[in-house]
Amino acid sequence: MTYGPSSGQLVRPPEHHHDEPYVPVFTGARRDELDTILSRYPTKMAALLPALWMVQDTYGWVSEPAVEEVASVLDLTPAYVKGVLSFYTMYHQHPVGKHFVQVCTTTPCNVCGAEDVVKAFLEHTGCGELGVTSPDNRFTVIEVECLGACGFATPVMINNEFIESVTPERVARIVAEHD
Amino acid sequence: MGFPHPSHERETPVLSKYFGDPEARTLAGWRARGGYASFEKALGMDPVEIQNIVKDSGLRGRGGAGFPTGIKWSFMKPDGKTHYLCCNADESEPGTFKDREIMRWTPHALIEGVAIGAHAIYAETAYIYIRGEYSEPIRIMQAAVAEAYAAGILGANAMGTGKRVDVHIHRGAGAYICGEETALMNSLEGRRGNPRIKPPFPAVAGLFGQPTTINNVETLAAVPHILREGAEWYQQLGREDNPRSRGTKLFSVCGNIARPGNYEVTMGFPFGEFLNDMCGGALPGREIKAVIPGGSSVPILTREEAENTFMDYEGMVASGTMLGSGGVIVFDDRQDMVRQIARLARFYAHESCAQCSQCREGTAWTTRILERISAGQGNARDFDTLLSIADNMTGKTICVLSDSCATPVVSGLKKFRHEFEAKLGPDHSRGVVPVLLTSNRTVAA
Repeated sequence: MTYGPSSGQLVRPPEHHHDEPYVPVFTGARRDELDTILSRYPTKMAALLPALWMVQDTYGWVSEPAVEEVASVLDLTPAYVKGVLSFYTMYHQHPVGKHFVQVCTTTPCNVCGAEDVVKAFLEHTGCGELGVTSPDNRFTVIEVECLGACGFATPVMINNEFIESVTPERVARIVAEHD
Repeated sequence: MGFPHPSHERETPVLSKYFGDPEARTLAGWRARGGYASFEKALGMDPVEIQNIVKDSGLRGRGGAGFPTGIKWSFMKPDGKTHYLCCNADESEPGTFKDREIMRWTPHALIEGVAIGAHAIYAETAYIYIRGEYSEPIRIMQAAVAEAYAAGILGANAMGTGKRVDVHIHRGAGAYICGEETALMNSLEGRRGNPRIKPPFPAVAGLFGQPTTINNVETLAAVPHILREGAEWYQQLGREDNPRSRGTKLFSVCGNIARPGNYEVTMGFPFGEFLNDMCGGALPGREIKAVIPGGSSVPILTREEAENTFMDYEGMVASGTMLGSGGVIVFDDRQDMVRQIARLARFYAHESCAQCSQCREGTAWTTRILERISAGQGNARDFDTLLSIADNMTGKTICVLSDSCATPVVSGLKKFRHEFEAKLGPDHSRGVVPVLLTSNRTVAA
């Protein structure tokens, strides 16, 4: 069973350069959304993970200026935000390919042939090796620890899209569908 | 039911009855199936009364520890403090994918259970902490919560009773350790997901320093059924000669098995029949070699051991393992146990929060030694080194992630020692290859 992209699909600006001026995330509707989130918790700090998700959903990764913005809106220090950011593996601290592919290779999937799925992704995306972004910036492929869908081996996440029961034979088509 | 397969006649679908039924996902569909009647009933009851019903039902925590739910709730007293309920939906234990299906197919069942739980512990606010990778369950749960608020089921005037019950979804961001209850609370507060030293226990000082109860998804999802059908009904489910494990349990079955999926059976179901009949047994032309019955953190069983086990808390302990989360991982005769145990160790090395030395170093050393043995470069002394490291990783850290890494290594070495020995070349049987004892935080990609 395959599911389409969820509402939280990552949006990555086509040309993002470090020297471009940083456009703040928490303005207008997104500021209102953050205020709604803040109303659910007794502390501002509790909105840190949701705020980092909002940044990543907007820019595809969490840059240094974004860390400073999050720190400023939540009354935290940038160092603290960075400390939390670096703990959680789903946040990207540097730009990744437009389609970030995570293939589960933990034991239950491993015994069902997950490593062959990884090989197929590395080959068809042109990434060649794990963690490297393809020359066309379309793909980054990593092995991920247990995605929690072990009965549907091998599950693959592409950004926020969750694809079940991926076999090496299905990979070429999945890659072609993500341009 | 054995989703994604049709229900087996020996299953007892209670939580899984509507898996695969898209209508049950909607509020209207859930109400048509008797939904939220239990919550309405609960709001008219004294919290102590609800705690007693849950105590009498025999429901125990389904996340792994198996603590009696009613007793856990009874630790929460009406002391005038702000209380919190956390629903642990950070399902990340390799082999486990039951909470995912509960959230995907019956989101309102969970919301109802959470809302009842909140009322039963004198809390007005509950958080459902869902692992970040569960993008689809998160989306479905968020939509269901919005529906429940719009219908006045949740909010300042829950079901028109004047009582406040808020339920919020909180998305994690990729950390197995946040399934540990105190790490979950730290993560929810916006901190690194490091487990906390206990005491103080969450019931005394938990989330935001307030009295808190943490329950697993499956535990809370069972509560509306217990309130509706009564404690006695739940108490009757299970094998007759074991009064300590009652009710039904979801088992996620994966690995080398004919029909992987989620199966719901009464406590104490015979494991042999479960594997060979209900789940279809081994793949064609293969034989089951080993089974991890309760998620990757519990001791491995050989097929013979598994076939003579009863699937409840005590039955699993009698066979030298644990019920855990109910994640059943099956290995067939093609699998190299050394390689697979090394892969499990790599998982724990990747997921260690690195707070305690025994875990930070031990998981990495264990992984390196196992990977070296697996590559045919091990020696006989490695076995002793592994066991010594495992001993130092067990019972010595803030949480049990360290113990969880040691468990499959110790049980694997004991039960599949011949496979480990077969990896040692003739030249390596007595030789000494030094172990590089340095931390390796880059052991996994």
